[in-house]
Amino acid sequence: MNRSIVSIANYSKEKIQSLLDMAAAFEAEPNRPLLEGKVVATLFFEPSTRTRLSFETAANRLGARVIGFTDPKVTSSSKGETLKDTIKMVSNYADVIVMRHRLEGAALYASEVTDVPIINAGDGSNLHPSQTMLDIYSIYKTQGTLENLNIYMVGDLKYGRTVHSLLMSMRPYNPTFHFIAPRELEMPEEYKRYCKENGIRFEERQDFTEDTIADADILYMTRVQKERFTDLMEYERVKDAYILRADMLGKCRENMKILHPLPRVNEIEYAVDDSPHAYYFQQAQNGLYAREALICDVLGLSPLTTTKA
Amino acid sequence: MKTKDLLVAALANGSVIDHIPCDRLFTIAKLLELEKSENPVTIGNNLESKKMGKKGLIKVADKYFTDQELSRLSVVCPDMQLTVIRDYEVTEKREIALPDSLTDVVQCVNPVCITNNEPMHTLFIVDKASRTLRCHYCGKTQKIGNIKLK
Repeated sequence: MNRSIVSIANYSKEKIQSLLDMAAAFEAEPNRPLLEGKVVATLFFEPSTRTRLSFETAANRLGARVIGFTDPKVTSSSKGETLKDTIKMVSNYADVIVMRHRLEGAALYASEVTDVPIINAGDGSNLHPSQTMLDIYSIYKTQGTLENLNIYMVGDLKYGRTVHSLLMSMRPYNPTFHFIAPRELEMPEEYKRYCKENGIRFEERQDFTEDTIADADILYMTRVQKERFTDLMEYERVKDAYILRADMLGKCRENMKILHPLPRVNEIEYAVDDSPHAYYFQQAQNGLYAREALICDVLGLSPLTTTKA
Repeated sequence: MKTKDLLVAALANGSVIDHIPCDRLFTIAKLLELEKSENPVTIGNNLESKKMGKKGLIKVADKYFTDQELSRLSVVCPDMQLTVIRDYEVTEKREIALPDSLTDVVQCVNPVCITNNEPMHTLFIVDKASRTLRCHYCGKTQKIGNIKLK
């Protein structure tokens, strides 16, 4: 059976929990040579420094050797080789393939043409399950549970794939979502429909103030990018309305944590970094443990059992 | 009406696909791969229709289409009717049903979908209730009746 991870949107509570438990074990001890003698290929058809470094670090800490490329210009893709042929070729060498591609559906297709498990490290603006896994792990770690949380999503909810994936993956945990975004970048209809069909409560608003975020357990910030606007007047009007400032945290819950997929530009004021609510840098670190868990999972390995590769 | 009566009645054995929108007739003919058919084929277009005003019609002698061959057509025009004739008698008359999925018939609307950039098949999951197709690869949906064929 091919154990590829293309999306985690439909994972059950049990499956998520087993990944969380593995991630926690890796956080306690990141260096576990479960993959000794194995080769992990990281194929980055589209550049992404942070995701690649995180995956390669994860593979190294598991004792695997890493092959791959960071720029498709140096590969046969630039000579017109198809994705299928590249995947077939690499399948002869590697035990796991971690891939990022600019085209949507690329990882799913790759998983259909090889028996080697594929881990989707992002396919265009479609899916990015390792980011979702680290987001969920960060929520779990900081809140002690995933159940019944008030999750506030702020900024670009239209194009932000991380918020879409997170929304779907939280489905089994009875969340209440608050979508705070300018009209041009509001949560797409298909995700609101998803919430309705699955009995997930949500509320939408445009104003982002100290009062509107007072009940949040998780404040998930995203970047409002100029190039997303068709109406530049609208951009100028809203660009500063979705910046989190330190003086907005006065009324917030003690347990509230601020997440951000990074990179940050100006949507979180630097003064917030010193607040006990700021969690985005630890969140990025959690990515290492989450990715160690995902790599083990596709190979049927676990740090919680004594089975070795 | 007489023209239509004659056209249909003239068939001893075979299939008639009726109520085809005039602008889709040749797309349907292509999907049925009629250019490869050795059987006698009659194609009529802009025929008078009580229901549609004008319509197209295809009949193929001595040919009985499989469900798989026909379901491909239903995404192009969902309201077509199939009549099966055996020994001058109408033995079956039904609307052509939507399939559960479509392999390599429809093109994805998403320009950055892998299927539009790699020599590969397309696959769509049909949602009959909302009459939409969802790309198995990129997840984008499109409305039936307004699709682009591969």
